Amino acid sequence: MSLLHLAIISPFLLAVLVPILYKLFRKVHTGWFILPLPLVLFVYFVSFVSATSTSQPIIESFTWIEALGIEFTAKIDGLGLLFALLITGIGTLVILYSIYYLSKDKEKLNTFYVYLLLFMGAMLGVVLSDNLIVLYAFWELTSFSSFLLIGYWYDREKSRYGAQKSMLITVFGGLSMFGGIILLYIMTGTFSITEIIAQSDVIFTHPLFVPALLCILLGAFTKSAQFPFHIWLPDAMEAPTPVSAYLHSATMVKAGIYLVARMSPVFADHALWLWLIAGFGIVTLFWGSFSAVKQTDLKAILAFSTISQLGMIMSLLGIGAAALHFDGIDDKYHTIATTAAVFHLINHATFKGSLFMVVGIVDHETGTRDIRRLGGLMQLMPITFTLAIIGSFSMAGLPPFNGFLSKEMFFTAMTHIIDFNVFQLDTWGILFPVIAWIASVFTFIYSMILVFKTFTGKLQPEKLEKKPHEAPIGMLISPIILASLVIIIGFFPNILSVNIIEPALSAIMPEFLFEVHISFWHGFNLELWMTIGVIVLGTLLYLSLAKWRKIYGLFPEKLALNKAYDHGLLFAQNGSLKMTKMYMNGSIRSYLIYIFAFFIAILSSVLFSQNAFKIDLEHAADVRYYEVLLVAVIVIASVAILFVKSRLTSVILLGTVGYTVALFFVNFRAPDLALTQLVIETISVSLFLLCFYHLPKKRNEERMAFKATNLVISIGVGAVVTLIALSAHSTKLFESISQYYVENTYTEAAGKNMVNVILVDFRGFDTLFEIVVLAIASIGIYAMIKLRMKGAK
Amino acid sequence: MEILMAFVIGILFMCATYLILSKSLLRIIIGTGLLSHGAHLLLLTMGGLKKGAAPLLGEEAPSYTDPLPQALILTAIVISFGVTAFFLVLAYRAYKELGTDNMEKLRGTEGND
Repeated sequence: MSLLHLAIISPFLLAVLVPILYKLFRKVHTGWFILPLPLVLFVYFVSFVSATSTSQPIIESFTWIEALGIEFTAKIDGLGLLFALLITGIGTLVILYSIYYLSKDKEKLNTFYVYLLLFMGAMLGVVLSDNLIVLYAFWELTSFSSFLLIGYWYDREKSRYGAQKSMLITVFGGLSMFGGIILLYIMTGTFSITEIIAQSDVIFTHPLFVPALLCILLGAFTKSAQFPFHIWLPDAMEAPTPVSAYLHSATMVKAGIYLVARMSPVFADHALWLWLIAGFGIVTLFWGSFSAVKQTDLKAILAFSTISQLGMIMSLLGIGAAALHFDGIDDKYHTIATTAAVFHLINHATFKGSLFMVVGIVDHETGTRDIRRLGGLMQLMPITFTLAIIGSFSMAGLPPFNGFLSKEMFFTAMTHIIDFNVFQLDTWGILFPVIAWIASVFTFIYSMILVFKTFTGKLQPEKLEKKPHEAPIGMLISPIILASLVIIIGFFPNILSVNIIEPALSAIMPEFLFEVHISFWHGFNLELWMTIGVIVLGTLLYLSLAKWRKIYGLFPEKLALNKAYDHGLLFAQNGSLKMTKMYMNGSIRSYLIYIFAFFIAILSSVLFSQNAFKIDLEHAADVRYYEVLLVAVIVIASVAILFVKSRLTSVILLGTVGYTVALFFVNFRAPDLALTQLVIETISVSLFLLCFYHLPKKRNEERMAFKATNLVISIGVGAVVTLIALSAHSTKLFESISQYYVENTYTEAAGKNMVNVILVDFRGFDTLFEIVVLAIASIGIYAMIKLRMKGAK
Repeated sequence: MEILMAFVIGILFMCATYLILSKSLLRIIIGTGLLSHGAHLLLLTMGGLKKGAAPLLGEEAPSYTDPLPQALILTAIVISFGVTAFFLVLAYRAYKELGTDNMEKLRGTEGND
């Protein structure tokens, strides 16, 4: 176990200590004990920066399940490092923020920080694992810890609903991803991502390629809230705001992005990969930004904004795959999509993290997040307002913030799609820049709503629960750091390009050599005019928002995906309940009918499908006339039981059958059987009669009601038994072993009655336990008659 | 003779099944009684009904009937007797406690609520 492994599991180790620290130091906010860990980890990961940008990835292996080829291999390359820095860096800021956000007297801080540390460790494990099984284990742990964090205020109905929804959707995707992992293992014989990438030629021609691709993508899409699986993210906003900032904007929702980027060298050659990722990404981009404008809750706006931005990154990763079909490494337009994806990934983490924290501050200081009740906070909360401006303008893609740069690169990538004449991109590709531009207009509108509806306009103190004022400085530190990053990256975009972005890109597309140079100003070109168009149209639409907002009302509520999800869940519940009630009706007759019907169906189908039925008359014994007489008696007696009215008669008829069976035993030379049968039949009949004597006399005796199903089933059972008996008798495979008993009964066991010798000598164990059966039956009967539960009716 | 016995056993199974599917608990027990008779006869028949002396060495006959199925049947008779006796007392107790022998009314707690 190396230091790297220790770094990955250190959050889990600290999580064990959290409850102890919480109980021991009640005076200190528990968050202060947590804060050093992500900071130390961040510094530790920064130390890898020079290593990953110049040399091979760092790989450390640790044996876990050797027999199955599952090793906890930690690997740091450009992509893993980028995510690790995001996780620990934003983790530090979020924990600092949460110290001021969560009250140490009112909240259960021990559980909060345990869950958060679990999540942090799991997320580090996801991005730093080279083994797919280990990655999957950490992946599910992120779903699980996210579930716990969303349901943190578990006494609220909505928190529980959101937690359940996110759990169901992400675990559904996680399981499907697990299927994809297994398929990859079948194709390559290894769980190691590095080795799978090395075998990508084998995979590409394998028939399981497409199923594996779809399974992996399903996992990525559900985790990263892509259309139509985005519905869990807005409901996950019931979590405390630090959680929303950390999990649902900067880290967990990017796990799907990470997976897509990580698996790109395996799958990206295929047209399906490009079309699915780019297509779903662009749809998610549009739908997220379109729906965000409708929201009135600040966190809901941010949730849909996150969905939209994730869709944008996803579509860029998809388009980037087209570059694999060209040799022209020099042409920067081929690689700009992937570059934009990684760049925007970083930018989004900075501005979205700060925006969530800003919204948390507004919520904390005013008591509401509803933009209909907010307004005019500009003068009261100047610092928060500034932070909101920086974050929102960056999100809208305005200069001089970092969002502007990545949005320009996004437009560049989208407008150059038509140049790629692969996979019909030259014909259908025109849709991408058009949708992207429209989505950007909506992005602009909701970004403006976020700032101006909250901070400008008229203050409505009567609608607020608290008197609003500026947040404490501790709460502002984290968003200030993030907002500074927004500006710094905006002005000096190249500080990250060599050390962070280039190594990450070469992990996504190992075939290419990247030289990333992001210029702050690129002259007057098409992209700039597109941005100007976005600003102009966006401003116009924002100002006339009240007039056209009604179109959201036109959208039928019944077609909404949330309704579909709710109805689907309800349908599954009711459907399974109905189905269970349909066959589990509590009537023993129904269950017996199922059992008998399956008995008939299975046995007769096997009998006829295997052509097993045959009759062999040759070995059969002769029929004597008195045997026919016995047969007639037993048949008449047993059939008559079905028709008699009185219970007494049916018991006597059963006795008749029993005595006739005894006569059969006599006839077939079985004296011991005949004796036993006679005695036991006598006792049985007496027992029956005894039983009847004690029965309540109130009920009228009546004939058995006729039921056609019963008749069909019983004739079927009788026929199957007869047919099998005939076939079995007609296929003698080998001789009986009875000759041994005939020869050795006297010489070995000193007895002349073969049956008795078999019972007590050759096969005495059977007899021993048959005695036990009788003993248990008699004790049981005694207990039933004598024992009564005290207090029972 | 085995052919004839196969049909007799089939009829016994048929009657037993029909009784077991009925509503009355006692008829179900009578059905199980018929079922065990059928099974015992089936064992005997499958062992072969060739004529020979009873399996007693004192007979000093050239051939004997197969003793093994007889031993098996003897065990089965005793066990089915034990179970039937237990069932009968169970049915008797069920009458006393619940006042019905209609299986459609004995549907557990959920159906009675």
